[in-house]
Amino acid sequence: MAGNRDYINRRIHSLLGVLPIGLFLIQHLTVNFFATRGPVAFNAAAHFMESLPYRYVLELFIIFLPILFHGIYGVYIAFTAKHNVSNYGYFRNWMFMLQRYTGVITLIFIAWHVWETRIAIGLGWVDLNYQLMENILTNPFFFWFYVVGVVSTTFHFANGLWSFFVSWGITMTPRSQRIMTYVSIIVFLAVSYVGVRTLFTFAYGI
Amino acid sequence: MSEEKKITLIIERQDSPESAPYEETFEVPYRENMNVISALMEIRRNPVNAKGEATTPVFWDMNCLEEVCGACSMIINGKARQSCTALVDQLEQPIRLAPMSTFPITRDLAVDRSRMFDSLKRVKAWVPIDGTYDLGPGPRMAESKRQWAYELSKCMTCGVCLEACPNVNSKSDFIGPAAISQVRLFNSHPTGEMNKSERLETVMGDGGIMGCGNAQNCVQSCPKGIPLTTSLAAIYRDTAIESFKSFFGSDNKL
Repeated sequence: MAGNRDYINRRIHSLLGVLPIGLFLIQHLTVNFFATRGPVAFNAAAHFMESLPYRYVLELFIIFLPILFHGIYGVYIAFTAKHNVSNYGYFRNWMFMLQRYTGVITLIFIAWHVWETRIAIGLGWVDLNYQLMENILTNPFFFWFYVVGVVSTTFHFANGLWSFFVSWGITMTPRSQRIMTYVSIIVFLAVSYVGVRTLFTFAYGI
Repeated sequence: MSEEKKITLIIERQDSPESAPYEETFEVPYRENMNVISALMEIRRNPVNAKGEATTPVFWDMNCLEEVCGACSMIINGKARQSCTALVDQLEQPIRLAPMSTFPITRDLAVDRSRMFDSLKRVKAWVPIDGTYDLGPGPRMAESKRQWAYELSKCMTCGVCLEACPNVNSKSDFIGPAAISQVRLFNSHPTGEMNKSERLETVMGDGGIMGCGNAQNCVQSCPKGIPLTTSLAAIYRDTAIESFKSFFGSDNKL
């Protein structure tokens, strides 16, 4: 392929953020949302996901490898920027900075979340069920840690979707980019609602 | 006349490329319709700082004085812009001047913008027409295309977009929006288009289009109002297509 390694890495980074990571995020939050229908519904949905065929292959290629690449390369991108919102306080410049900040927060959150759930389950320390998340989220510190983590993730996804549309040359004109900004705000609010609503169910049973 | 109105300038100065920067405050008599350059000229005429000490005149770069040459860019009250069109009446006092930090400083407010001209050479920002014989008239350009291409040709390589860009810095090799926009300009020209792939391949390399992070400060800051973010998105699109053509093959690759 034309272009050097940096170019190809950036293209892969941009693509992976939406496909498959963005899709996985929506799927993950949707399955979790079953919790609002009660522990039985959540356990059934979680068990269905857990018993998918060739599950380790799916996890490896749809979740772990893409997130590792996107996360590690993303940290490198985040640290090559020199933020200047104090002098150039434009909306997009703020979004540019927040995209990098939320990326780092999200990576820390996901690392902790995967350790506490998927790895702990894999090592047989805990079982995948409603109880697991209820135990974590009834602790106020971890409840707010999860709220920040989830909102940071949904922001990073929604704003990343906006830059994805620019980076692949779909939205070129200022008008299309502005409309995509509105779309990304709606995506952010909708996906955040799904994520945070579930957290409230686990924490307060509402 | 009892009290003469004065304006205060706080200038970040530097005696040589290697020496340490320092601040010096100046007070110059106010005249109507002053711009930053006329204030600097006043300091040059009478190089005495606000403490009344004799000092060296402040050095800066300028040429056309009508915002078409790009030489007099500097940071005025925090934002990079041309000092010729920075009208004193419209500026907050005291006026703070500093050289653009993205570029090597030659002296005081003057910077060396060579990297921008090197980038233009790298991306072949011209239409190659030289040959060993007369190539004849080139293909015609649609008027509608010429109109938007003309906007891109207004770039004066002033460096303001590079200074405003958070991704143009010492940690990154991004060449900046100006040269990328010129790739779009020369790729839109019917003759320049014959080197389209070559230009795109260049910006698919080190410091190219992928350095852009869509912070969009460039389009907000450009003194010529060039649609830089549209150009960047156009090159994002063209390089994506170029990648496919190059990998999967195409007869339309130029």
